[in-house]
Amino acid sequence: MTALSAFQSGKWSKEIDVRNFIQLNYSPYLGDASFLKGPTSNTTELWKMVSKLTEEERKNNGTLDVDVNTISSIISHKPGYISKDMEKIFGLQTDAPLKRSVMPYGGIRMVEKSCSAYGYELNPQISEIFHNYRKTHNEGVFDVYTPEMHAARKAGIITGLPDAYGRGRIIGDYRRVALYGVDKLIEDKMKQMSSLEVDQMTEDVIRLREEMAEQIKALMELKEMGLAHGFDISQPATNAFEAIQWTYFAYLAAVKEQNGAAMSLGRVSTFLDIYIEKDIAEGNLTEEEAQELVDHFVMKLRMVRFLRTPEYNELFSGDPTWVTECIGGMGLDGRTLVTKTSFRILNTLYNLGAAPEPNLTVLWSTKLPENFKNFCSQASIDTSSIQYENDDMMREYWGDDYGIACCVSAMKIGKQMQFFGARCNLAKALLYAINGGKDEKTGDQVGPRFEPITSDVLEYQEVIEKFDTFVNWLAKLYVNTLNTIHYMHDKYAYERIQMALHDRDVVRTMACGIAGLSVCADALSAIKFAKVKVIRNAEGLAVDYEIEGDFPKYGNNDDAVDELASELVERFMNAIKKNKTYRDSVPTQSVLTITSNVVYGKKTGSTPDGRKAGEPFAPGANPMHGRDSKGALASLASVAKLPYQHSLDGISYTFSIVPSALGKTPEARVKILSSLLDGYFAQDGHHININVFEKETLMDAMEHPEKYPQLTVRVSGYAVNFIKLTREQQIDVINRTFHGTV
Amino acid sequence: MTTKGMIHSIETFGTVDGPGIRYVIFFQGCPLRCQYCHNRDTWNIQDGKEVTVDELITDVKKYIPFMKSSGGGVTISGGEPTLQINFLKELLKSLKTLGIHTCIDTSGFVHLSKMEDILDYVDLVLLDLKHINSEKHLHITGVPNDKILNFAKYLSDRNIPMWIRHVVVPTLTDDPQDVQDLADFINTLENVKKVDLLPYHSMGKVKWKKLHQLYPLEDLRDANDFDLQQVSSILLKNGIHQAGSGAA
Repeated sequence: MTALSAFQSGKWSKEIDVRNFIQLNYSPYLGDASFLKGPTSNTTELWKMVSKLTEEERKNNGTLDVDVNTISSIISHKPGYISKDMEKIFGLQTDAPLKRSVMPYGGIRMVEKSCSAYGYELNPQISEIFHNYRKTHNEGVFDVYTPEMHAARKAGIITGLPDAYGRGRIIGDYRRVALYGVDKLIEDKMKQMSSLEVDQMTEDVIRLREEMAEQIKALMELKEMGLAHGFDISQPATNAFEAIQWTYFAYLAAVKEQNGAAMSLGRVSTFLDIYIEKDIAEGNLTEEEAQELVDHFVMKLRMVRFLRTPEYNELFSGDPTWVTECIGGMGLDGRTLVTKTSFRILNTLYNLGAAPEPNLTVLWSTKLPENFKNFCSQASIDTSSIQYENDDMMREYWGDDYGIACCVSAMKIGKQMQFFGARCNLAKALLYAINGGKDEKTGDQVGPRFEPITSDVLEYQEVIEKFDTFVNWLAKLYVNTLNTIHYMHDKYAYERIQMALHDRDVVRTMACGIAGLSVCADALSAIKFAKVKVIRNAEGLAVDYEIEGDFPKYGNNDDAVDELASELVERFMNAIKKNKTYRDSVPTQSVLTITSNVVYGKKTGSTPDGRKAGEPFAPGANPMHGRDSKGALASLASVAKLPYQHSLDGISYTFSIVPSALGKTPEARVKILSSLLDGYFAQDGHHININVFEKETLMDAMEHPEKYPQLTVRVSGYAVNFIKLTREQQIDVINRTFHGTV
Repeated sequence: MTTKGMIHSIETFGTVDGPGIRYVIFFQGCPLRCQYCHNRDTWNIQDGKEVTVDELITDVKKYIPFMKSSGGGVTISGGEPTLQINFLKELLKSLKTLGIHTCIDTSGFVHLSKMEDILDYVDLVLLDLKHINSEKHLHITGVPNDKILNFAKYLSDRNIPMWIRHVVVPTLTDDPQDVQDLADFINTLENVKKVDLLPYHSMGKVKWKKLHQLYPLEDLRDANDFDLQQVSSILLKNGIHQAGSGAA
C-alpha cells in the first residue's frame, strides 16, 4: 500500500471513512481565480466532437441512438470512446457516445414506450422476458395499489411518483473506490455480512443480507468493468488521473444500472484536489494537465443519458440527469472546504461553455473566502449554470460531508439515502376541502365524501377546518402510496452498486413534497383579508372565484401572508409525521416542483387566489408570477421565512434577473450578487437558482434554437438547455418575474 | 413619529440609483411634466398610497444587512421627493439615526430655502439635469432650469457629493452644442462623483396609455449605443469620465 503512505494517516486508514481522509489531507484555498488555465487544444477538439454529437441528437428528436438489444448492467457493454487517443478519462454508459440503453427493472412498459416514441422497437425477447418471466418494480406497485391510490394518481393530486421508473436520489460514495480500491470495499462488505450472522433471521436481517450479497456482486462487476477499459481498480488510486478515473468508474457503474430520476455525484472536487495538489507539488502534473483532467471528467458527466418517455420529459423537461456535484462549504473545524479544484470544476463552465449538467451546486456560507464568492458570482452572471444552497444552515443537520441529491435534498454521503416521493398538490387539496372531496375538474369523488362548503362567500375558519381534514387524508394516502412504491423498488430494482458504496446501516428518509405553496398561501390570504365569492356550476361544484378587495400576497415580505405560507409547510409536515413509513424512514418534505409546476397548473382548476384554471403554479417556493411587487429582496425574504426544520428535504427558489439590474459595471454586479447571496442565506434562505440574462435572449432562442446550443437556464433545483424545454415551459420561464425589467 | 406622505411604490433591490444595494422609495407627485417620463403614473400626488415614516422605517430595517454588505443604503426617488418636503425631512432624519446611507434622486426643481437643513441628512444627491438650455428645458419638462442650476451650484458650494444624470433623448437632448454647454457647467461644480448617461427608452409608453394619455414622443426612437457614445465623447473631451455607457 505504498500509495496510501503518501498521505497523512488516521482513522480512515483502518476503516472506511472518506471524510476523515479529506480532513487530514486537504489544503483550503483562499486565493483568487488567476491560477486557472483555459482548455488545452485537445480538450477543445474533443468538446467539438461531443458538441457535434449533441447537435445530431437534438436534430434526431432528442435521442441519438438506442441499444434495444441489451439489458444494461455494469458489464453489459464493451468499452465505448469518443476518441480513444484524445480523451483522458475513459468510460461511457454503452459502447458508443450518447447511445442510450434499456433498463427494464423499473418498468417494462416505460422502456417499450420510450423506444417506440423515438422510432425504435425493443427487442421482442426482452419484452417477453419482462412481461412473462421477470417481474418489474412497476408491476409490483400496481399489483398492490388500492383504488383510492389509483384515483388520486389519476386526478393529479399526487403526481410524478416513481412507480414506473427508477427512483434515483441515492448518492453512492464514489470516492471510496479511489481511496480504497474495490478489493478493500469487498472485504469490508464481507465483514458486514458476517456481522449479520445473528440468532434470529428476521425479515430485516434476511433482506439486508440479500442486499449485501447483491452489493458484493456489483463490486466484482465494477472491477471487471475497470479491467475491460484496461485499468485494475482493485487497488487504491495512486495519482490524480487514477483518482478521477476510479471515481468516475464507480459513478459510471451506477448510471449503467439505474435510470434514476436523479443520479447525483456527491461531493468529489475537494477530495480529488488532494491527489491533484500532491501530483502538482511532486512535479508530476502541470496546472494545464490538471484542468484537462477535470474538463474531461466533466465532459463525461455531461454525456450521461437515459432513455425516457416524452411524458416524463413533460414533467422533468430538458432530459435532466441531476448529476449534482457540491462545491465549497465550510468544515466543522472552521476551515473552508474550498480548494483549487472547487475553482477548477467551476472553470469547466468557461472551458467547455455553459451547461445544465453536472448540476453545479455551491454550498454557500457567509464565511466562504471572498475570492471564491466573487468567482461564483462572476460565473453565475456569465453562465446562469450554478445553484446555491445554505451551508451554514445545513451543516448543523448534516455535518460537513453531505451532498445534494437531485436539487435540494441534503444527505450525509455514504451514510444516508432517501426514498424519493415526488410531490402532492396542496392547491388541489384546498379545492377538495371546498368541494367535499370532489375533483373540481371532473366532479369525481376522489377524496373522502364530506359536506362541501355551501356559502357564497368563503369563511376563513370554515375553510381551514375542512382543509385540515383533507390535508390529513392526503398525507396518509401519500405516505401509504410511497411505502408501496419503495417496498417494490427495493425488491425489484435495488440499487446494488450505489448501496455498495454506503455503510451497512444507513439513515433513510421518506422524502415527501408539496407543490402549489404560493397558490395556497395567497388563496388563504384572500379568504382571510378580502372577500372571496364562490362561483358554482350547475352541479353545485365550485369552479371559480371572484375576489373583492385587496389582500397581502406572498413574496412581499409581509408577515400577514408569509406566516400563512410557513404554517402550511408545518401543517403538512405534521400530517405526514402521523403515518408509519416503510423501513422506519424519517419523514421529510420539500417545497420543490422541478418544472412540473406547469403540469400541476394544467391539472388544477381555478383557485381562490385569483389564479385561473390551467394556469401554471409558481415553481418550488417561488411567489406567484408578478405578485411580488416590492422587488427581489422582499421576495427573497418571504421565501427565507419558510421553516427549513419542517422541510428538511429542501426549499427551492428560482431567481431571474436582467444583467443591468444587478448594477452598472461588471465589478458592481459581482459585488452585488455576492451581497445578495450573503444576505439571503444569513436570513436562513435554503436554496436559490441564479439566472442572469435578457428576456430578449430567451425569446430569440425560442425562434432560433440553433443559435443557442448551450443556453442554460436554471429552473427549480436544476438547470436545462433552454432549447430542450417544451414551448409551454419556455413561455413559462419567460413569463416568470424577471427582476428589474425597467 | 406619525408624519405621513404619499408614495408610489417600493423597490427593495435597487442597484443603479446610488452605490450598492438600495432600498428605493418612489414618492408620489412631480412638478415636472417631462415628455419622456417613464413613470407617468407618479405625477399626481393623490394617486399615491399613504404611509407613515414609521411604517417605512420598520420595513427598511428588514434590509439593513444587504445594505451593509454591499455598501448600499436608501434612495428616495419619485416622482419628485422634494415635493413632500416635511415627509422627506422626517424620513431622512430617521434613516440617519439608523446610520443608513441616504440618497435623494431629484430634478433639483425646488426652493433652496426648503432644502438647506434637509441636506444635512443626505449623503448623496442624484441630480437629473434634463437640459442645460433653459428654453429647451421648458419645452421638454414644462419648467425652466434656473432653479435647478442654482440648486446644483448650491450643492457644489456645500461640497455635497452628487451624481449628475442626463437622459440622452435623440434629437431632444443630444445636440453637440448643448452637450458642450452641459460639460462646461458640470466642470464648474465641485464634488461631482459620477456622471451617468441614461439612454432614452420608450418602455414608459405603456404607463401613459394605461392612464389614457397621449404619449408626446410617439414616433421617437430609443437612444442607441451610438447616441450615447456621441454624447459621451464630448464629455470626455472636457475631462468628464462617465460611468454606465456601453464602453464603461
